[in-house]
Amino acid sequence: MTTTNISPVSASLQRGSGRKKLSSWGYTLLGTLFLAVMLFPVYWMVNASFQPTGNTLNASIFPWNPSLRGYETAIREQGGNLVTSMIISVGTVLFSLVIAAPAAYALAQFRFRWINGALLAILISQMIPNIVIANALYAAYNDLGLLNTIAGLILADATHAIPFMILIMRAFMIGIPPSIVEAARVDGAGLVRAFVSVVLPVSRNSLITAGLFAFLFSWSDFLFALTLTTTEEIRPVTLGIYQYLGTQVSNWSAVMATAVLSSIPAIILLVLAQKYIAAGATGGAVK
Amino acid sequence: MSKGTSMMPTIEDQQRGHSSQKASGQRPSPTTVRSSRFSAEKLTRMLFVLPAALYLVLFFGYPVFKNLVMSLQEYTTKTFFTGEAPWMGFENYVAVVNSSLFSSAMLNTALFTVGSIAGQFTIGLALASFFKRRFPLSNFLRSMLLLPWLLPLIVSSATWRSILDQDSGILNRALEAVGVIDGPIPWLTSPSVALIAVILVNIWVGIPFNVTLLYSGLQDIPDELYEAGALDGATRWKAFWHITLPNLRPVVSVVLVLGVVYTLKVLDIILGLTDGGPANATQTLAVRSYQESFINFEFGVGAAYSNILILVSLLFAVIYLRVNRRAVDE
Repeated sequence: MTTTNISPVSASLQRGSGRKKLSSWGYTLLGTLFLAVMLFPVYWMVNASFQPTGNTLNASIFPWNPSLRGYETAIREQGGNLVTSMIISVGTVLFSLVIAAPAAYALAQFRFRWINGALLAILISQMIPNIVIANALYAAYNDLGLLNTIAGLILADATHAIPFMILIMRAFMIGIPPSIVEAARVDGAGLVRAFVSVVLPVSRNSLITAGLFAFLFSWSDFLFALTLTTTEEIRPVTLGIYQYLGTQVSNWSAVMATAVLSSIPAIILLVLAQKYIAAGATGGAVK
Repeated sequence: MSKGTSMMPTIEDQQRGHSSQKASGQRPSPTTVRSSRFSAEKLTRMLFVLPAALYLVLFFGYPVFKNLVMSLQEYTTKTFFTGEAPWMGFENYVAVVNSSLFSSAMLNTALFTVGSIAGQFTIGLALASFFKRRFPLSNFLRSMLLLPWLLPLIVSSATWRSILDQDSGILNRALEAVGVIDGPIPWLTSPSVALIAVILVNIWVGIPFNVTLLYSGLQDIPDELYEAGALDGATRWKAFWHITLPNLRPVVSVVLVLGVVYTLKVLDIILGLTDGGPANATQTLAVRSYQESFINFEFGVGAAYSNILILVSLLFAVIYLRVNRRAVDE
């Protein structure tokens, strides 16, 4: 599929003997083609969601007769799960920010002797497979009564977010000039006051980036939803989709409509908060 | 970096200076004031990191420890009722290694990881190099490329399952229409193809991450190097080989090692696409661990699998840290 789409262009590229002859708009065209190939599955998801309901996938390349039946089913069956996911994700953002922001500031600006050790521990914690955490949490949650609770899922989902957030906010907070905090302290503010009224406002962008990713991580979580819930009471939408996929899929347009609804946060954030997403994409991994 | 610490003594010194001038010896010894003030400050500082430290210990440290213990116990559904988990020594590990699924899970994990990384990296580097040249809308197009990475993995799995469906999926229909294949390919239902299909989907998921990091690495290579190279006749492939790759090396190492560590623990995609099937063709260490614990309720065996997984990850983590240190040194 990929090759058939690209080959005419790359052929013409070679015939033109050299990239110089290709105008810069030619690159735009080529880039658009690459993007189209990469995003084709996303298009297909949207397309399939508008097809008439049924268990076959004979979708045409474009929804000529768009049907909203898939969405009706999706909202009827998964609407509650979408709300559950939303509550858990917002909860994860708030919880993770409260835990991670002060730690990020401390690791950026305080002169603790063990900072390198702490950073190493955070890096390694990001590498621990989620299934390890799920294995242990299931037993612990069972004893503590946290299975099938929103709080339990928020606490677990924060494992996706907190190490990443500490690293990314710390990378920003290292650049905060200590003089502005000193100025607040000289005016009589305590360390906590100075943090809240000076550090947090100037770190706004990094807080937004970290918060957005915490939201996306938690919204996308599947493994904890799968392992730490046993009933249908609390069911994030990712698990709802998995259940749809369970055996033979009986209603593809409803599955795809749910998939589209679950993609909306990512799409909105990518369009509206592009600079924050871009900052997070490079910042967290390398620094 | 942290002027916060150096600033405290100055304030304290000033205050001490004042007090000693006014009433030396009369007031409570300045040193005690200083030390108690100082320890209050120290305590506040500790409070900044304490919640995070506690969280990391409870939600990362404890699970690792608990998995180690569990893997040495007979930890099953019964345990949840009776609270008893008899000590078993290394029997779980013996059972794992002797299991008929172990060697295929190891092999699949290796194939899945190597295949995914090779594909993601090659395509990622090609796209990153492509987007490095400035053209209209290049930034917009590049950032839109991030979308597959931001979607919930289970959404991607569901979408790909519809695309790869044997009878009516669009991929088989398109390939047949073009005439590349005679009959439909059973992407997810044939044991000999399923792993390849799962790898292809995982490559798709990982490309944006690779493009983003490699692109930022390419941006950091100064243009002068290419200009100087061009004078020496190094253009195109030569420039790529002799200028781009050597300068990109630190980023490449980071991307590769992180890619391996992230790929080793992939579960969502495999569970969403195949559930480890057909005929166990897509079983990996992570899938085995999940299924032993949460399908068979053999938490001890599941923990043994996940400890093997941790061991493999740790190996790469050590490589990562060494590479990272070297990158920082350079």
